[in-house]
Amino acid sequence: MAIWRHKPARTGVIKNNNMPSEKEISNSVIVRRLTKQYGSVKAIDNVSFRIGSGEIVGFLGPNGAGKSTTMKIISGQMPADSGCVEICGESVAANPDAAKLHIGYMPENNPLPEDLRVDEYLKFRAKIKGIPRREVANAVEEVMETCQLHRKAYRKIIGNLSKGFRQRVGIADAILANPDVIIMDEPTIGLDPHQIIAIRDLINSLRGRMSVIISSHILPEVEVMCDRVIIINQGEIVASGTSDSLRKEFIPNDRYAAVLKMSPETFSRQLGHICAEAKVEKFKEEGDGYFEYTILAPFDSNLSASIISEFSKDASCCLREAYFKKPSLEEIFMAATRKSWEKVIGFQKKEEE
Amino acid sequence: MRKFMILFRHQIWQMAISPSTYFAAFLFLCFMAVAFLLAVRDVGLVPSKNSPVETFLSVFWVPVLFMVPLLTMRSLSDELRRGTLSSLLTTAVSAWQVVLSKFLASYLFYALIWLSTLLFVAISCAYIPHAAAGSFFEVSQLVSGYGFVLLTGAMYVAVGIFSSSLTRTTLVAGMLSFGMLFFLIIGAGLAESLPVSDGAMSRALHHLVEYMHTFRQLDDFNNAVVDSRAFFFYVSSTLMLLAMTSLITESKNR
Repeated sequence: MAIWRHKPARTGVIKNNNMPSEKEISNSVIVRRLTKQYGSVKAIDNVSFRIGSGEIVGFLGPNGAGKSTTMKIISGQMPADSGCVEICGESVAANPDAAKLHIGYMPENNPLPEDLRVDEYLKFRAKIKGIPRREVANAVEEVMETCQLHRKAYRKIIGNLSKGFRQRVGIADAILANPDVIIMDEPTIGLDPHQIIAIRDLINSLRGRMSVIISSHILPEVEVMCDRVIIINQGEIVASGTSDSLRKEFIPNDRYAAVLKMSPETFSRQLGHICAEAKVEKFKEEGDGYFEYTILAPFDSNLSASIISEFSKDASCCLREAYFKKPSLEEIFMAATRKSWEKVIGFQKKEEE
Repeated sequence: MRKFMILFRHQIWQMAISPSTYFAAFLFLCFMAVAFLLAVRDVGLVPSKNSPVETFLSVFWVPVLFMVPLLTMRSLSDELRRGTLSSLLTTAVSAWQVVLSKFLASYLFYALIWLSTLLFVAISCAYIPHAAAGSFFEVSQLVSGYGFVLLTGAMYVAVGIFSSSLTRTTLVAGMLSFGMLFFLIIGAGLAESLPVSDGAMSRALHHLVEYMHTFRQLDDFNNAVVDSRAFFFYVSSTLMLLAMTSLITESKNR
């Protein structure tokens, strides 16, 4: 499918010393030391990150962490008190109109005009985003096809659409004019599982073509969709990286589960033979003589196979299950935000002293 | 300019598909049809120093009080409530372009609805034999009378747009607009009737009231006296209100 572009591709040799370096050009979004204060409350403090071209990044944080403020500053809706944002080399503060041409934004709750038809609305958005008049019909048709709106929904009044189709209209609007950066605030909220899968596939189809920033509270969704995660808490970036690198940083131990017929004392003793540093974190009696053990072991200890082979030797153990408990993004998120809370509380205590 | 024209056309389309536009036009035309009928009915039967056009336009303010709020109350408040304004401002358009496009679209409908009352005159000219002679409806009076209505209309529509930017509730925006228009149109007349003792302060107040007196300005226009002060007052007030609306719109999206 041909993709319409309203600006030249950013390729070629950089000659001018004042131009950004090649490394910077491969970053679609560069956020440097962003600070925003509402009265005496610092909404974000010294926030810096980069997002590479074609990367899908999850932007996570508890309510009031500063996600929406950051998103609004990046999309040019709100000025920062200090710091700067560059979208494809254009400063959002100094050159907002040029920077906005590179952004497709889908705000939280996906506000849409209720009384317009889908195609009317998308055509209006296409024109306002600077697509030449002759290209508007094609551009709208393309995004409606990408978002599966072209069959039934395109002539429907937006107010009569289901939540799933409204989300599709929001995404279609965001990807109109092929922006380099797409910002989506809670794109899958309130959708049923079928719709979530459809939206996830749609976002996955953008990988490599556009940089996507997704703000969401649905962590399993973010884990599936995103290449990288940025966690913000108390207005500060507390973690940034891939799920695996964050796992390494915030969850220092591996966890394994084993379900078998063996008393806790015997199990602990035998576990010591497999790995001296491994220990039983907790156990639960399951009935019929079975116990479910959670084992805490050093990072990257790869004990699954050893546990299976060790406890399979004794047939009376009746080993039923043994597996590695991969920490979810939820656990990483909890660990990262807890760490920053502890830092804040520690700082407050110090100040009080 | 291209962005502005896109916004302007979009606003016209949104107004064209909005039921409140047709409701406003219907109420307005019903009221004005009755007013026209009453103004024309007694001509020749009851001696009067006012022409039918003067009598007809003397009640211009009554439909304005409901037509302007109906045309403008949704313009910004509804977009603020739904959040569509903030998503519009994430594109390369500015708040003043949005406000100006909304103002001009509302004003265009306001003018069209008013100009459609000229059909009453055309129908009268066609069916009343001596009316066509020109003594009944003088062209100069029609031009100056409708000119006044369109001039004041710019400020009234700007008041409506301004009220709409102050709140996210459409009904409250309509009530605010009604209240402000009532004060602007009737306020000077009411202030004039206040028993104020003579003094420098009261003289200054008198000048201000005189300057803002809508009905006195209407009389001037009906008598083909075009006062540049009235032009200045309405045009500058319109621009000031639009500038304030732009600032409010911008600040509400931050």
